[in-house]
Amino acid sequence: MPREALTKPGKLITLSISIHRLKTVFFKAVFLFAAFMLLAFSRADYGDTIVVGSIGEPRTLVPILASDSSSGTICGMIFNGLLKYDKDLHLTGDLAESWSVSDDGLEIIFYLRKGVMWHDGEPFTAKDVKFTYERLIDSGIRTPYAGDFIMVKDFQVIDEHTVKVVYGEPFSPGLSSWTMNIMPEHLLKSEDLNNTSFSRMPVGTGPYIFKSWQTGEKIELVSNHDYFEGRPYIGRYIYRVIPDQATLFLELRAEGVDFSSLTPLQFKRQTQSKFFEKNFRKFHYPSFGYTYMGYNLKDPRFRDMRVRQAINYAVDKDEIVRGVLLELGRPATGPFIPESWAYNKDIKPARFDPDRAHQLLKEAGWSDKDGDGILEKDGGKFSFTVITNQGNEQRRMTAEIIQRRLKGVGIDMKIKIIEWSTFVSEFIDKRRFDAVLLGWGLSLDPDMYDIWHSSKTKEGEFNFVGYSNSEVDRLLLEGRRTFDRDERTRVYHRVHEILYEEQPYLFLYVPDSLPIAHRRFKGIEQGIGGIGYNFIKWHVPKDEQKYRR
Amino acid sequence: MIKYIFRRLISMVPLLFGITIITFTVIHIAPGKPTDMETQFNPKVSLEARDRIAKLYGLDKPLHVQYADWLRRMARFDFGVSFVDSRPVMKKISERIPVTLGINFVSIILILLIGVPIGISSAVRENTFYDRAMTVFVFIGFAMPTIWLSLILMDLVGVRWGILPVSGLKSLEFERLGLLEKIMDVSRHLVLPVFVSAFAGLAGISRYMRTNMVQVLRQNYIRTARAKGLSEREVIYKHALKNALLPIVTILGLSVPGLIGGSVIFESIFSIPGMGRLFYESVMSRDYPVIMGVLVIGAVLTLLGNLLADVSYAAVDPRIKLE
Repeated sequence: MPREALTKPGKLITLSISIHRLKTVFFKAVFLFAAFMLLAFSRADYGDTIVVGSIGEPRTLVPILASDSSSGTICGMIFNGLLKYDKDLHLTGDLAESWSVSDDGLEIIFYLRKGVMWHDGEPFTAKDVKFTYERLIDSGIRTPYAGDFIMVKDFQVIDEHTVKVVYGEPFSPGLSSWTMNIMPEHLLKSEDLNNTSFSRMPVGTGPYIFKSWQTGEKIELVSNHDYFEGRPYIGRYIYRVIPDQATLFLELRAEGVDFSSLTPLQFKRQTQSKFFEKNFRKFHYPSFGYTYMGYNLKDPRFRDMRVRQAINYAVDKDEIVRGVLLELGRPATGPFIPESWAYNKDIKPARFDPDRAHQLLKEAGWSDKDGDGILEKDGGKFSFTVITNQGNEQRRMTAEIIQRRLKGVGIDMKIKIIEWSTFVSEFIDKRRFDAVLLGWGLSLDPDMYDIWHSSKTKEGEFNFVGYSNSEVDRLLLEGRRTFDRDERTRVYHRVHEILYEEQPYLFLYVPDSLPIAHRRFKGIEQGIGGIGYNFIKWHVPKDEQKYRR
Repeated sequence: MIKYIFRRLISMVPLLFGITIITFTVIHIAPGKPTDMETQFNPKVSLEARDRIAKLYGLDKPLHVQYADWLRRMARFDFGVSFVDSRPVMKKISERIPVTLGINFVSIILILLIGVPIGISSAVRENTFYDRAMTVFVFIGFAMPTIWLSLILMDLVGVRWGILPVSGLKSLEFERLGLLEKIMDVSRHLVLPVFVSAFAGLAGISRYMRTNMVQVLRQNYIRTARAKGLSEREVIYKHALKNALLPIVTILGLSVPGLIGGSVIFESIFSIPGMGRLFYESVMSRDYPVIMGVLVIGAVLTLLGNLLADVSYAAVDPRIKLE
């Protein structure tokens, strides 16, 4: 039993005994009862295994090279960053005990936790942080994360447990970049990170220790008894790779998998049986991402803001959330997670209003002169093609719903579905599209410089719709330069407002994450950001444990 | 014969060379880049970072230089390292081959054991109800979508009855089992995949067998054998079967490359880490070294399989001489 769990109820007992007034006898009893309950419930057993089922397999377990979500999940179990996000999505210390930002925002000092050990028994020190930083900015290494770290002008090791990071100009997203997992210097200093056995045999500081990896089958981790936040209760973590969604579901049904994520259809329709009610617990909360239809703003039809606004009125986002997500999600109004402080809650989504759409299109000069149901202007019909990537059913269905709604206001939309790699390199990067249906995954810092700044429109950059607004440009820079939360809130609320007004994207929806976990796992708590944050506190009572070893 | 084999082997070299040039060119000019997958449209991944990654892979060089580099490595039997996880291509392929080879081998044996008798018996009872019923049966196997059949079987046998594992190759506690239990464990996992792949392959062999047998049974020497008063059993199994089996030998030779080919569909459904999935995944992520590795090995096996078919045909049929 963990020490923490014992001391808290103990205090309650002494407190309740010290109260002697008659009137409080009742309360005393209640207190005692509560104390016992707390004691009973906080008694967590060690042991058992969680089998996580996933469609994807990690590509590498070198954290600074890991860019896919499977690699990220496993690295997150094995490694720690200097900082992490807590239950409420606030930055908090991880390997750093605390940190301070200088008044001018140019210097961040991290005070590292003492006594942390790598899984091989070597102590964790400032040298490891320096090493990780140096590899991140090393141009010979295939890391996709260099961007935030080249902003660092100087990196100083002050002593074994203190590091100072100096930026050339204030860079607030830099703080969240230090959630990057730290790698052990002593094991990697003479290794070529692009090509090292470490990528399949990682050693970290995290709650779980890497044990084995059978390619295409599973990865096995065991709990780190000396973890600095306390030994995790669940003794073993197995990540099973099951590439087919239907098989994954059957494995859940056969209880061969304890934890996985569901599709909306599985969530709503296929897991309503008694069996699932009895054996599994489902969760849903907004995911960190949104789906949108982006316009090619070089296209004269879409350059007219009224046309974009008209489409916003013509498309019923609630209908999409109902039809595609089965209500497991919500309409989006802008490029932030609805839970984020950056999200401007004053922005009300436009109601579905085809008449208003008609009117706006008319103002923009579009009208149906030949009576075929499609609008014309200057002799050209309003007909365009939206492209999206193959393999994403939700996007395909969304496109079909939009297609039908746009037809209702006289716009002919065609849908083209293209294999991912071709889609990116031939269509997005080269700007060969009228409109594109895509999603963005979001990091927790609201900085979106790369997506919306007018300088980011070169081939391969992310402002591929070609958006340009001098106020947004200025605000984005301002948002990066200040650490002040109120100031940043003001900035991003305004950006949100402008983007919703100008509609460079038709913001569609924020889908929910839909994890499912076996009922024997207790202690799962849902925070704003989801359920993973307290994984080390998940536990299984002894008599319900399934895998004993 | 030895001379013939040697000559064929020599002539394979330019052929193989041509194959690699064509495949290399085709996969490189196909749209898409390896860096698209790696960076997955992540706004934290800058353009500079993507260019840098492309450069580290050597993708910024002209195509003929890249091919020359690849060929130079190939000459030393070095297939290079995967773009995806930086592991040697040979290693990635060799850890996948045993599973696929094993499944395909067992299922070919099964197909022969069931398909050949079906073919023979159908030919003997040509145009009877039995013959038609067998035709329908094997074509059901051929036409039924693998996905559907697999899922139905998994649901029935794995979930509802719970007598076989749903998917995968080994149980979670595999490492702690004894040798015998390990063999049992893997066999239990392979029952459904082998069944599905054998059922689908039954039609081919049994139809070939039937057609050959029907033709052979019309030959004069069969009539002679019957006229001699041999029992029907002897006529069929001694005189007819030997001749009818000859084309099957050729088909077996040609199926050699298929042995390591694997199938994306059933390997994905049963989550078996085989060659089919490796190839599919590497194509989707434009992992050029792995794609090339698999294709080269496939090409070599195809050429060897053809040679094997010719040679074994000559070996079993004294009428054929290879010069």
